[in-house]
Amino acid sequence: MTTTLLILLPLAGALLVWLVPWSRFWAGSIALLVALVEVGIWVNVLRTFDFGGELQHDQRFVWFSDLNVTYHVGLYGFSLWLVGLTVVVMAAAIAYAFWAGRDRARAYFGLMLFLTGAVVGVFAAQDLIVFYAAFEAMLIPLYVLVGVWGGPNRRAATLKFVIYTIAGSLLMLAAIVVYGVEQGTFNLVDAGTSASPWLFLGFLVAFAVKAPLFPLHGWLPDAYRQAPPEVAAVLSGLVSKAAVYGLIRIVLAKFPEPAQDFLVPILVLAAAGLVYGSLVAFRAPDLRGVVAYSSLGQMSLITMGVFALNGAGLNGAILHSLAHGLVSTTLFLLAGAIERRTSTGEFALLGGMARGRPALATLLLATGVIALAVPGSASFAGEFLILSGVFDHGWAWSAIGAGAIVLAAMYMLRLISGVLHERPGSAVPDAALDLRPGELAVLVPLVACLLALSAWPAAVTDRSFTGAATEVVRDFAEFPR
Amino acid sequence: MRTPDLDWLALSPTLWLLGASCVALLAAVFLPRGTRRAGGAVVCGAGFAGALALAAILYVDADAARTVVADTFARDRFAALAALIVCGTGLLTVLLAWNERLGRGEFGGEFFSLLAAAGAGMVFIVGANDLMTIFLGLEWFSISLYVLCAVGGDRLPSLEASLKYLVVGSFGSAVLLFGFALVYGATGELELTAIGQALGEGEAMGLAGLAFVLAGFAFKASAAPFHMWTPDVYEGAPTSVTAFMSAATKTVALAVALRVLVTAFPEQTELWTAAAAALAVASLAIGNLAALVQRGVKRMLAYSSVSHAGFMLIGVVAASELGGRALLYYLIPYSAMSVGAFAVVAARERELGREVTIDDLRGMLWERPLLGVSMWTFMIGFAGLPLTGGFIGKFYVFSAAHEAGWTWLVIVGVAATAVSLYYYLRVVLALWTTPELRVAPVGGSPPREAALQTAVAACLAVTVGSFFAVQPLIDLAQRAADQLPF
Repeated sequence: MTTTLLILLPLAGALLVWLVPWSRFWAGSIALLVALVEVGIWVNVLRTFDFGGELQHDQRFVWFSDLNVTYHVGLYGFSLWLVGLTVVVMAAAIAYAFWAGRDRARAYFGLMLFLTGAVVGVFAAQDLIVFYAAFEAMLIPLYVLVGVWGGPNRRAATLKFVIYTIAGSLLMLAAIVVYGVEQGTFNLVDAGTSASPWLFLGFLVAFAVKAPLFPLHGWLPDAYRQAPPEVAAVLSGLVSKAAVYGLIRIVLAKFPEPAQDFLVPILVLAAAGLVYGSLVAFRAPDLRGVVAYSSLGQMSLITMGVFALNGAGLNGAILHSLAHGLVSTTLFLLAGAIERRTSTGEFALLGGMARGRPALATLLLATGVIALAVPGSASFAGEFLILSGVFDHGWAWSAIGAGAIVLAAMYMLRLISGVLHERPGSAVPDAALDLRPGELAVLVPLVACLLALSAWPAAVTDRSFTGAATEVVRDFAEFPR
Repeated sequence: MRTPDLDWLALSPTLWLLGASCVALLAAVFLPRGTRRAGGAVVCGAGFAGALALAAILYVDADAARTVVADTFARDRFAALAALIVCGTGLLTVLLAWNERLGRGEFGGEFFSLLAAAGAGMVFIVGANDLMTIFLGLEWFSISLYVLCAVGGDRLPSLEASLKYLVVGSFGSAVLLFGFALVYGATGELELTAIGQALGEGEAMGLAGLAFVLAGFAFKASAAPFHMWTPDVYEGAPTSVTAFMSAATKTVALAVALRVLVTAFPEQTELWTAAAAALAVASLAIGNLAALVQRGVKRMLAYSSVSHAGFMLIGVVAASELGGRALLYYLIPYSAMSVGAFAVVAARERELGREVTIDDLRGMLWERPLLGVSMWTFMIGFAGLPLTGGFIGKFYVFSAAHEAGWTWLVIVGVAATAVSLYYYLRVVLALWTTPELRVAPVGGSPPREAALQTAVAACLAVTVGSFFAVQPLIDLAQRAADQLPF
């Protein structure tokens, strides 16, 4: 019931915002209120969550019986954490948009709330049709959010984004139809495993586009650069994690044999994406470019963790998903704050912003340091687990991963120094203010979450694949029940 | 001479609509000039509403299928459900046509009379169980539609559309009739079940007949390569008539085609499924590719309707109970989306006083939120994205195709969907774009038409509702499709 509430509340909020002619202030306030209530509900769920138990807070009823399609939502340990990431990131994005002020506020905030419901739906789905519906429903608001409120080249960016994503998800639809009809049910809990490599690839491509994985990342730089900063934050921090959930809940859980068979090619692509993304991030001329390509690299790393096909890798993938989600959100919002002050994100025009702006400098430095996986940070814990997991398949994978961490340090330090240090850039006016209280109210909680996760990563790794969740990946990993 | 027993309930929707048509015609003569149009509309609306109720009663009553009136008419739920869809479409069309500009002449009463007559013919043909009654019903509604297309008399495109429809449509009818003649020649039977029993597997004349019958129905359903008339007629006809044609004619053509193929050609299933698969692939390819390059919204929607004929034919290809169910389910949201989309186009058209291009839809979402949001939903639904019945419809036809072993058709369908996104999303983006130049019609704000907006809201409700309430609709479709002899 609570899970359904988490999905329906934002949708109801969206309708409320759309249907009543609120002023800009009220539209934003209602959206923010709904987003905060979502966080509250999630905290309450977390408090009472039985990590050793069955699928929690699940609700199931028949949607249409002849094909055995059910409305079935529920939470495993790892989905609980991803839902947590969703409510936090969406609350931050909505709060930032409220602070920054967006034109046509009712439409905008309604879409953000709709998106919240859809993303929660993806992470809670236990039926393929529910999953697909939520997966596509995410796309509709994103398409409009980028296409209407984005930067000058938004038209091309959205078109590319949508064509990539939908081409991927239509392959998934074909795979879902074939898989579901053959299994006799579309319910993920009831359905058995399949050995078909074609179905496996159908699902894999959809998630590889969404993540994105090399070489299906063509939409990424444009979409991340043209979107409004908070939407870019949601895209890279949150929407990409839908792919992680799909890979674990569907690809690993339902296609154990093909996953083994395709292990090496996938790891090769992930490693290539990791190195390529990190290298391009190092050469990117602007803030968002660095964050965008670093996202490509980090998502590749998470995929390596998933396809390590063992406990360490999977736990690392979940932990790193959370860490990367928060880091990426914070960085995009900071990029937005910097662009607001200088109207550019080009390193050539930036620099020297640390002087006289201690809050901005502190937050950017803290996030940057966590992003480059300094020991003691949540990212470090996640990456370490992933690398130790993938070590099972050969030391070379871990070596590549470790090398990429060095690259991450290079591009993050370049970003930090390019913005904060060196000589003041030509686009940085002396009058550019430090972060305002409104911005701090959004960013400080995000960084606090990151620090908390850094202090106690075991909170996540000990509580992701326990209880019923071990069943999901029983073909690969031995977890204590 | 013995006259056959009449089953009045089975014929009641047809007769009721026919009555409404006659009353509307009288209204066109006897009512005072200013009220003819409204009178005709009310009578026609009452006709469709009454027929809807009667079809519902027939649906509930017909729990066992049987043929009546000397086996020329099927009294079953399949016919009743198709009649329900047609009547629903008709009712929405009446709302949509309330303010349609019909040229200089005062054709209000006649227009609605013809609309009711076309509806009557459609409700008749979906129950027809005999080659003669099928052809009778086909000509009955086709002739009404030929005239309806020409009603926008002082617009040249309307006349052109009517003439094209008349010529090509008559050709289609002739093809169908020729097919019927061959089938009759091969079997000596007119009744569908009897044909099925009499027609041997490899009888050449019967097979030639089957080919012509298929082609004839493909003309009416505007499936490629028999779709040539569609874009011109859809573009030229008054928009409310286009809306009616796109939804109701397709419903009728596909429903009757399914009935004829399944009942009269059970031995030739392999043959006609292959042929229908070829038609489906052609429709998907041609419809989608041609829609990509259209500028006019009506033309684009016309090609999109060709491609949807392809999707629905996939349900026919499956030739199973699941396929029949999928087809009937698909028709419900499809009809709503189609009527709704044309209604939005009609609203814009009346505002601007000219043909509507995709650019003309710019900013609609901000100017007219109800129409804009509805059009957005219809486009998403046509594209088969979730939260609309269009998604469930595609999901069903694909499932049916896979279950029947036509997995490659699923792949083709998915690829066609991918192509179709491009042009549907172009409309969506136009709706959201802020117009640089505000087009204000002379004389202030655009006309607010309560009737049209009601129709659009109803279509929106069906489009979204059919996504959530799948089970009841599928139950309806299942009980109907199960009465066909698959």
